[in-house]
Amino acid sequence: MKVTSRSLMMTGAMAAATAIVLAGCSAAEPEAPQFEGSLTVWVDADRAGVLEDIATQFEEERGVTVELVTKEFCAIRDDFITQAPTGNGPDIIVGAHDWLGKLVQNGVVAPLELGDKAAEFQEVAVTAMSYEGQNYGLPYSVENIAMLRNVDLVSEVPATFDDLIAAGEASGAEYPFLVGLDPNAADPYHLYPLQASFGAPVFEITADGTYDPTALALGNEGGEAFAVKLAEWGAAGILNTNISGDIAREEFVAGKSPFFLTGPWNLPAIQEAGINYSIDPIPSAGGETASPFVGVQGFFISARSENTLAANEFLVNYIGTEAVQTALYEVGGRAPALLTAFEAAKSNADVAAFGEVGAEGNPMPNVPAMDVVWSDWGSTEVAIINGQGDPVELWRAMVASIQSKIDG
Amino acid sequence: MSIPPSVTAAAAPPPAPAGTLRASRRPSSLRGTLITIGVLSVIDAIAVFGLFMLFLQESWIPFGVVLAVTVIVNWIYLRPGWLPAKYLTPGLLFLAVFQIFVVVYSGYIAFTNYGDGRNGTKDDAIETILLTAQQRVPDSPAYRLTVLDQFGEYFFLVTDPEGEVLLGSADQPLAPVSGFGTDSTGRADSLPGFTTLTFGDLLGNQAAITELAVPLSDDPNDGALRTPDGSNAYLYLSTLSYDAATDTFTDTTGTVFRDGGDGAFVSDAGRELIPGWTITVGFDNFVTAFTTDNIRGPLISVTIWTFAFAILSVATTFALGLFLAIVFNKPTMRGKKVYRLIMILPYAFPGFLSGLVWLGLFNQDFGYINQVLFGGASIPWLTDPWLAKFSVLFVNLWLGFPYMFLICTGALQSIPEELTEAATVDGAKPWAVFRLIKFPLLLVSVAPLLISSFAFNFNNFNIIYMLTGGGPRDVTAGVDAGATDILITLVYKVAFGEGTGRDYGLASAFAILIFFIVATVSIISFRQTKVLEELN
Repeated sequence: MKVTSRSLMMTGAMAAATAIVLAGCSAAEPEAPQFEGSLTVWVDADRAGVLEDIATQFEEERGVTVELVTKEFCAIRDDFITQAPTGNGPDIIVGAHDWLGKLVQNGVVAPLELGDKAAEFQEVAVTAMSYEGQNYGLPYSVENIAMLRNVDLVSEVPATFDDLIAAGEASGAEYPFLVGLDPNAADPYHLYPLQASFGAPVFEITADGTYDPTALALGNEGGEAFAVKLAEWGAAGILNTNISGDIAREEFVAGKSPFFLTGPWNLPAIQEAGINYSIDPIPSAGGETASPFVGVQGFFISARSENTLAANEFLVNYIGTEAVQTALYEVGGRAPALLTAFEAAKSNADVAAFGEVGAEGNPMPNVPAMDVVWSDWGSTEVAIINGQGDPVELWRAMVASIQSKIDG
Repeated sequence: MSIPPSVTAAAAPPPAPAGTLRASRRPSSLRGTLITIGVLSVIDAIAVFGLFMLFLQESWIPFGVVLAVTVIVNWIYLRPGWLPAKYLTPGLLFLAVFQIFVVVYSGYIAFTNYGDGRNGTKDDAIETILLTAQQRVPDSPAYRLTVLDQFGEYFFLVTDPEGEVLLGSADQPLAPVSGFGTDSTGRADSLPGFTTLTFGDLLGNQAAITELAVPLSDDPNDGALRTPDGSNAYLYLSTLSYDAATDTFTDTTGTVFRDGGDGAFVSDAGRELIPGWTITVGFDNFVTAFTTDNIRGPLISVTIWTFAFAILSVATTFALGLFLAIVFNKPTMRGKKVYRLIMILPYAFPGFLSGLVWLGLFNQDFGYINQVLFGGASIPWLTDPWLAKFSVLFVNLWLGFPYMFLICTGALQSIPEELTEAATVDGAKPWAVFRLIKFPLLLVSVAPLLISSFAFNFNNFNIIYMLTGGGPRDVTAGVDAGATDILITLVYKVAFGEGTGRDYGLASAFAILIFFIVATVSIISFRQTKVLEELN
């Protein structure tokens, strides 16, 4: 039920009137307008625990109740888009930066002014949270993939991807290199750094580091060179679409490969298995920097929120503090977006190493057209890796298909 | 609930004096009355609360509906007599809420453009466009702010980065003031003649304060100070202005955006402002379903495969289920209970979970089937178009035969043994007995279930989505449909996921089309089964 300050005041007024009529007493003294509403925040279960403490503190200091509603992380975006326009949505949601385009397209998020505080966050995080020059979210974590190396199998950091494969083959392990793919959709996210090293981002990157959603860059020469390489790697068995993320992790944990291209989420299993690992930059396959996608998570304010002031205060001055960012990092294992918290978290060598790789990365595009891109991109990579046609022709067909869908 | 005497009284009025007749119109027992009143008062309390909130939200249509329903419910239960209505009302209410409303609403959505970017009302869209058009002037400083109140009008008392203190309001551009008080950090926080708002006051009036724009100077192009949090103000410039009289937006370069009739403001050059809003589009969605290349192209092959999938699923599961039912129906067979228990197991797992398990089993290089059963052969079960079709049917057979086994066992046991005995006495062979007597009798009771099973498989989203995701896709074809996509997964892809963003209107239109296909098939089939019933 939508509880607005106005409706609450009216409720209060009507209740007071009823009470007066019933009790026959005189009217209460007029009081200064006191805020009686609350902030509703949609969070996932992992984040909820941390926010509970800060919510209590906010309530004590600011007199505004924060109501935490726990939801499945992946359901938050769609539920929010459906519910916000009805006025029944929350004031704040937790989310990922690549949702932003869709949220803005649907008009459900309000711009958020970080003010001078913007400089206190990692630059990539703030860039990721902005769309068409306007900032919309308060970032709390950044994450990206990097190359994990089994030090017992290969002791040197390879300079290029070809060196990596050569080293992998020389190590005598079952697989020279592992990355989790899918038989139907490959994994453009994990393969992106290799693609980027050929100079083929998804969209053209403008001077301020954001994407130009009208200029598809996938189809440039670099993209086609990457497609040829994909076919080569597929034929050589270096990439195998039957190795899913789970299988890749299992095989790496079993010591069957010296290299594993993955993110921090697989570290716990690897540490548990006692693998002697090192986190390295992703070697370039095409000559340029192999920059991974950087995913940023943060909080957004609803455009339909009636409590924007309280919501702003809660995000910028409470969630944007070092203590909270550090606490969020501790439950999620993702590097904090706030610089001071990030510096502190860097005492963990893994965070520092992933962060170093991520510094080379670009935010995953947050334009709404990405929904269209992922699907065609993945299916085409599968076809190329499995040798179902000429790689360059398949790649061109994909670019044409994506372009026609974007043009509508 | 006890039967009020008034019902029997209505059927056959007992010869009684007027006084006792009045008494007989009351419910029979005190307990019944109290329960009625208790339940009704709880319902009414909830209804009144709901009405109260709806009234405050000025949602008049739901208000009217809730009011009417509450009045009718009270009237039905407080009025003596009308016993059937008392029994039927709860059921009818739930039917209306969970069935009729849902069907009517999705029918309504099919005629709108509801989807990504067309998500709310026009007023909301205008408000959001104005909100996002407020852009902070690049590199403009942050002003430390205190909000003051004088006779109900709000003033911004700002301290600029150089330490100069300025005052302004919505009508009064910023101007230097003196005589202010400062806090420990050097921020001006009070001014004689004005009341300083506390944080609680700010929150109590946050809508007014966040909307307040204090012009920097007399020239509106210099921008205005606004505050997102009540303690800092920033310089904003609006990139778009809205004119309510002509219903147009104009940006800083003079481009005019008009209501294009398509649920969005568009410029003459065709640039659209986001977001748009929901409008009724008539039959557009149905037309789109048949004219968009991406959908029309694969529609025929997908429809054929959908029928093939549904018919083959029913046929194979029924054949296996019936075979096993006959085998296990032998009275002399030992350990039947154990076998039957094992038979039921696939039925006990959730379908989507089984889909995921089979996905692993079918893995080309690592799956149990290739590794163990086929000795390491690399058979592309899920990535070859025909093998993928076969795999989907096979997994659906595994999932579906226990159901068929159950209903066939039940139906077989209800066929009297005497018929078999009589036929055997007449010299019929067991196969003839089965073909000519048992099977037709079995079909009488099972046929409706086969039809509903067909309808279920026609829309069997889980198995397709979890096992192959509709794939493998022919990427050269340029359409999203894969080899195993059935209509419902195609709808899902086109309308919810991988097309050009979500389009609930189009999805609802598809749902209606699928409904008509399934309904037609079902009606024809049920007509046919009547022929079977004449056997009895």
